[in-house]
Amino acid sequence: MEKFLAPGHRACAGCSMPTVINLVLDAAGPNTIVATPTGCIEVTTTPYPESAWRVPWIHSLFENAAAVASGIEAALKHFGKNHNVFVIAGDGSTLDIGMGCISGMFDRGHNVKYVCYDNEAYMNTGVQRSSSTPPCTSTTTTPSGKISFGNPRPKKDMPAIAVAHRVPYVATASVAYPVDLRRKVKRAISIPGPAYIQVNAPCITGWSFEAGTTVEIARLAVETCLWPLYEYVNGELVGVKKIHVKRPVEDYLKAQGRYRHLFRMKGGEEMIRVLQQMADDNARKFGLLYEGDLTCTSEE
Amino acid sequence: MKMIAKEELSLKERMARMKVVEGSYAVAHAVKCCSPDVISAYPITPQTHIVEHLSQFVADGELDSEFLTVDSEFSAMSSLVGASAAGARCYSSTTSQGLALMWEVLYNASGMRLPIVMTVANRALSAPLNIWNDQQDSVGARDSGWIQLYAEDVQEAADAIPQAYKIAEDPEILTPVMVCMDGFILTHVYEPVELLSQEEVDRFLPPYRPKHILDPENPKTFGAFADPSYFTELRYMQWDAHRRALKKIEAVAVEFAEQFGRWYGGLIDTYHAEDAEVMIVTMGSVIGTIKDCIDDMRSEGLKVGLVKIRSYRPFPTEALRKALKDAEVIAVIEKDVTVGNEGALLTDLKAALYNTPTRIPVIGFPAGLGGRDITIRDIRRVVDKAIAARDRGIEAEMEFLSLREDLL
Ligand SMILES: Cc1ncc(C[n+]2csc(CCOP(=O)(O)OP(=O)(O)O)c2C)c(N)n1
Ligand code: SF4
Repeated sequence: MEKFLAPGHRACAGCSMPTVINLVLDAAGPNTIVATPTGCIEVTTTPYPESAWRVPWIHSLFENAAAVASGIEAALKHFGKNHNVFVIAGDGSTLDIGMGCISGMFDRGHNVKYVCYDNEAYMNTGVQRSSSTPPCTSTTTTPSGKISFGNPRPKKDMPAIAVAHRVPYVATASVAYPVDLRRKVKRAISIPGPAYIQVNAPCITGWSFEAGTTVEIARLAVETCLWPLYEYVNGELVGVKKIHVKRPVEDYLKAQGRYRHLFRMKGGEEMIRVLQQMADDNARKFGLLYEGDLTCTSEE
Repeated sequence: MKMIAKEELSLKERMARMKVVEGSYAVAHAVKCCSPDVISAYPITPQTHIVEHLSQFVADGELDSEFLTVDSEFSAMSSLVGASAAGARCYSSTTSQGLALMWEVLYNASGMRLPIVMTVANRALSAPLNIWNDQQDSVGARDSGWIQLYAEDVQEAADAIPQAYKIAEDPEILTPVMVCMDGFILTHVYEPVELLSQEEVDRFLPPYRPKHILDPENPKTFGAFADPSYFTELRYMQWDAHRRALKKIEAVAVEFAEQFGRWYGGLIDTYHAEDAEVMIVTMGSVIGTIKDCIDDMRSEGLKVGLVKIRSYRPFPTEALRKALKDAEVIAVIEKDVTVGNEGALLTDLKAALYNTPTRIPVIGFPAGLGGRDITIRDIRRVVDKAIAARDRGIEAEMEFLSLREDLL
């Protein structure tokens, strides 16, 4: 695999984000321009005068990567140049502050492929909640406490928002499923117009898990059905990644510090049941299970 | 006033070229002649007509540009950051709240040294909501690293566009330029204007050939983050580019005058300044009124002169020192006020004179805020107050002009 993000960047050891970037760019190839908003990527890969990027890359602000990419695409179109234009962005910039620019970019139909690496919080500023943070997650702005189980709100459904904009290609992916991710990037490129891919991307610092288990955690998100893998083409659900053995959500929650409180607090089981319900709803909604497959019980 | 006209046209030829058009049309036409690759703008009064005219040029196939109908001014400037980094000649226009919404991106454009050109149709900032002209918006953006040129009339606002590109795109400058024109007063007025011709502009303005662009053949990183060991130097280089722009703005003005026969001043221009005892300093469309008033006052024997600021950023410190050194009193009229201090231009001007032997009274007048007319009577009042300050000492360093006491 060709690595378009050079080693020597400063992301935390065990971070999934550089892997996401490398997988995306490996699939896209060198004929690619990337725009990135403010966040962990920018800070860890471009400390002046160094840069880890082997493709042309631009950062402008926290909220405008989609608009910057729109302008790049418009200029390329004007010059009759044919390069892939990608945004690679965190969930905070995507689901929150950048929403207006993204909506505009989708609406204008720019041929820009937008990849959100979803680590489910604002990591660069120290693990604050984003609207992609799942319920019951402890973050520094929604900490668990005597009367709080952490983030009280559901996760914003950004892929559905993209589908509602009639974005021709919308998919979810996971850093634990590199073949699937690469295939989706290639498919996104093959369909003209905007595309949106949201990649589950565990953050060792914000999620608090043991170094070396990044991919395992990401796989558990999929196997518990908390992170369904699916793709929409022209508004139609055209593919889902089926789960052979559906794991209980506890397996995923237990592996991470951000959910520790659920196993310690009174009423925590009730919250875990709510999360299990979410996973079960995903399984039903997207048809994630093979017929007759059973949910396995916890390994412990 | 200097008149340079190497390629003299006969009066008849000139008259034949004159058309009575709306200010916004003249500007849009000038933009068209500069053939921007990407235009991105969002409607806001009184700027709207400019982008509507440009849209029409594109729709009629007269202008081959990508016209982005963006979701906001924030996206407008952001998309031009991307387009400019990809090598495109870019244009936008906005005003007031729109410019305020761009604020964050203005710093990006200048910090990344992207030579974007934008017209600001000057308008007040709310609250209270007000769509009429003053210059609080662009004056508020004076520290964003953009070059700011102010136009006195429609012809100047239009002629400033090719000049702006020539300044911005100079490899020694690479700095975005705002051309500021007073909203409504200039954007919506119909005046006889000599419309630029494509051939002439092509001769004046070379195609944009950027050295650093987003190109997979030669990957470059734009917008890296710089820690304290680098940041100061990067700002210094920006600051230094403005210093170089002082000369460039003048040179381009001369070049323009030589080719087109129209001169508006370089960094500044003066009117009856040579022997003036009372000197008025200002910028924008009020200059027309002031010139008329000066004509009257001169016939009465009053030695009044004018300094027009054409380039507010970079600030023409040396030019002002020279132009003002023999004055006896200076009155600044400006369409903005720094709440908590005084007019921005007043402060800048006093600062420019401080380390010189010039020790004359300098007084300031915020005027024409939110679209209030500045009348000949107002100008006379300013001159009276200036003379009083000279003869009897400064009473008030700054005073709102024609304040309606009955409303306070
Ligand atoms: C307008 C603005 N507000 C706030 C910030 C501070 N800020 C920088 S990065 C960031 C969070 C980034 O979160 P996300 O997009 O999820 O990316 P991550 O850091 O997790 O990779 C914030 C809040 C900013 N740069 N700009
Ligand atoms: S804080 Fe998280 S997302 Fe950021 S570099 Fe570290 S592990 Fe990666």
